[in-house]
Amino acid sequence: MKKNITRRNMLKTTTAAVGAVAGAGLLKGFPAIHAADAPVIRYLGTAVNMGDAVQKRLFDDTGIKVKFIVKTTDEVVKTIFTQPNSFDIVDSEYFSMPKLVPSGNLLGMDTKRIKEWDNVTSAFTKGEVAGKKIGDQGTAPKKVMYLKGSDSKEFASEPTQYVTLIPTVYNADTLGIRPDLIKRPINTWAELLNPEFKGKASILNIPSIGIMDAAMVVESMGEYKYPDKGNMTKKEIDLTMKIFTEAKKAGQFRAFWSDFNESVNLMASGEVVIQSMWSPAITAVRTKGIPCVYQPLKEGYRAWAAGFGLPATSKGRQADICYEFINWYLSGWVGAYLNRQGYYSAVIPTAKKYMEAYEWDYWMLGKPATADIMSPEGKKLASKGEIRDGGSYEARMGSVECWNATMDENKYMVRKWNEMVAS
Amino acid sequence: MPNLFKIKPSVGLLSLPYSLVFIFFFFIPLSLTLIISFWDYNEYSIIPDLILENYRYIFENCFSFENGMCVTFKTYLSTFAFCLITWFFTLIIGFFVAYFLSFYVNSLTWQIALFLICTIPFWTSNVIRMISWIPLLGRNGLVNDFFLSTGLTSTPQEWLLYSAFSVVLAFVHLYTLFMIVPIFNSMMRIDKSIIEAAYDSGANGFQVLWNIIIPLCKPGIVIGSIFVITVVMGDFITIGIMGGQQIPSIGKIIYVEMSYLQLPAAAANAVILLFLTLLIIWIMTKMIDIRKEL
Repeated sequence: MKKNITRRNMLKTTTAAVGAVAGAGLLKGFPAIHAADAPVIRYLGTAVNMGDAVQKRLFDDTGIKVKFIVKTTDEVVKTIFTQPNSFDIVDSEYFSMPKLVPSGNLLGMDTKRIKEWDNVTSAFTKGEVAGKKIGDQGTAPKKVMYLKGSDSKEFASEPTQYVTLIPTVYNADTLGIRPDLIKRPINTWAELLNPEFKGKASILNIPSIGIMDAAMVVESMGEYKYPDKGNMTKKEIDLTMKIFTEAKKAGQFRAFWSDFNESVNLMASGEVVIQSMWSPAITAVRTKGIPCVYQPLKEGYRAWAAGFGLPATSKGRQADICYEFINWYLSGWVGAYLNRQGYYSAVIPTAKKYMEAYEWDYWMLGKPATADIMSPEGKKLASKGEIRDGGSYEARMGSVECWNATMDENKYMVRKWNEMVAS
Repeated sequence: MPNLFKIKPSVGLLSLPYSLVFIFFFFIPLSLTLIISFWDYNEYSIIPDLILENYRYIFENCFSFENGMCVTFKTYLSTFAFCLITWFFTLIIGFFVAYFLSFYVNSLTWQIALFLICTIPFWTSNVIRMISWIPLLGRNGLVNDFFLSTGLTSTPQEWLLYSAFSVVLAFVHLYTLFMIVPIFNSMMRIDKSIIEAAYDSGANGFQVLWNIIIPLCKPGIVIGSIFVITVVMGDFITIGIMGGQQIPSIGKIIYVEMSYLQLPAAAANAVILLFLTLLIIWIMTKMIDIRKEL
């Protein structure tokens, strides 16, 4: 699976192997960076955006080597809490910040040391795309971007020099469908619970993300209009889960999925025809030659965003190397690599320099492909004449409705989710 | 309980390495789990305390039955049901496979070869094995193809996959080996002359099985049962994948709590699970004294 670069893909074997390597490194008790050796960065994250090609290019350009500590999204957060000195740099999601920042385990990142800071997309810094405000329900990056100081445990409401994470990658998620099995247009989240798809629908069994998809469905069914989907009250959680519990009892869902590969298998085998899905899973189904569409829906998308942070103890040469790595990451090559996977780079102008004009037109401008579109691994993703699902960057990111979130009532929500699963 | 001070020093020394391993990797972690289950926690840390909140939370609404059964009871009930059904099938299948291996296969080479065949389910990784059920049991899978082409059913059968049926199937497929091994071991120790004597005294095949072989296999049966029941009690991967994540399991609840850093809550759940599992094992060892039989 390593070659199928995928977000949050749980690379079980790699995890074990890398974990063992990282563990061995820890036991020896030596710092990861030795003054005389080639610089090495211990990189904690899902690492799904970091294929072999990225590491090779990084080493060629900067001489920096990366040692991965691969974990799932939730485990990354857990590691920051429980082993804050086990990594040099962490790739985390913005929705974890309300939990992480008060712990003081992360360093405020100095934006003055980021060359391309002024070019970071406004979706992060202002919550705007092409000058237009986008949905900010949930933990939108702009809400948890700025800190009051380099070692502050509080968010600043106005832009400051210090930020929680240096943004790297983001995307707008929606439902995936099998157009060949559904045979009619789908244009609303409400279709997930349409009895027409009884026994052929699925949703992901990761409470913090699943609840957002559920809220999109409930709202589009006209059942309830949330003041903020990303921060529900107990009553709203009850209501949302009641609707889904009833659907589950009526046999609406074929299965829930919690692992990226499961979602691919459900879709590819035709067990499921409509489900919550992540962009690379769509790609994985398509590269098997099976039609699968990342369906744009009229209510908009559920977005997520990730970035780099440093542990609070980071300083000196070790910190310098990490900043050098981040600057390299934002300098364009990786940006183009991410864009070609269907994600978006946080710094768009530099990524453009590394993309062919026809690629740029397809991925970012939503124009019909003038040549076959290839994945970074050289697999065909789309034929000449096809248009990207959802269209251009502005059309997709401009229609973001809400963001992955950490709710105040998180504990209650997880419990209610478990009740739904048990019902 | 032997008095440590009366044991010869050399014996104490010999048992020291194992005692240390036992203390460090079993006793201490388990004690910590128990202690932490009484701690408080917030979003990002666990706070030393002595509260019963974590336990109260697990059993909240469990004794009113106004809104039906609570999640905890439902989950344990479903887990117990899986235990019982899996135990029944693994026992029946495991017993007869062991019986065949020890009484009908006379060459050691063949016994080893057939034993290896029994381990085939373990040759691939858990995840691949689970995914492989889809082409067999899925809506467009082999079994449904067969049903449809022979006219046995007119629509694809959905209960074959992502159901309680598929969970039990996967459990039995995997864990029958855990029954075969200890039962086979017990059977191999049975003195063949006892069986011959029984036949000579006029017993029929069923009487030999019921009055001689089964009683002498009891230790094997109990050990196999302990394996199967403890594994099924704590499982969440098989139930998760084969049940389409729609069937609850205690393991999954603990896993979710841990990923949200609700460690004391997870510890409390783990303590209850451990207690119940130990209770079952205790009852089983009351029925038969393994130490005496071995």
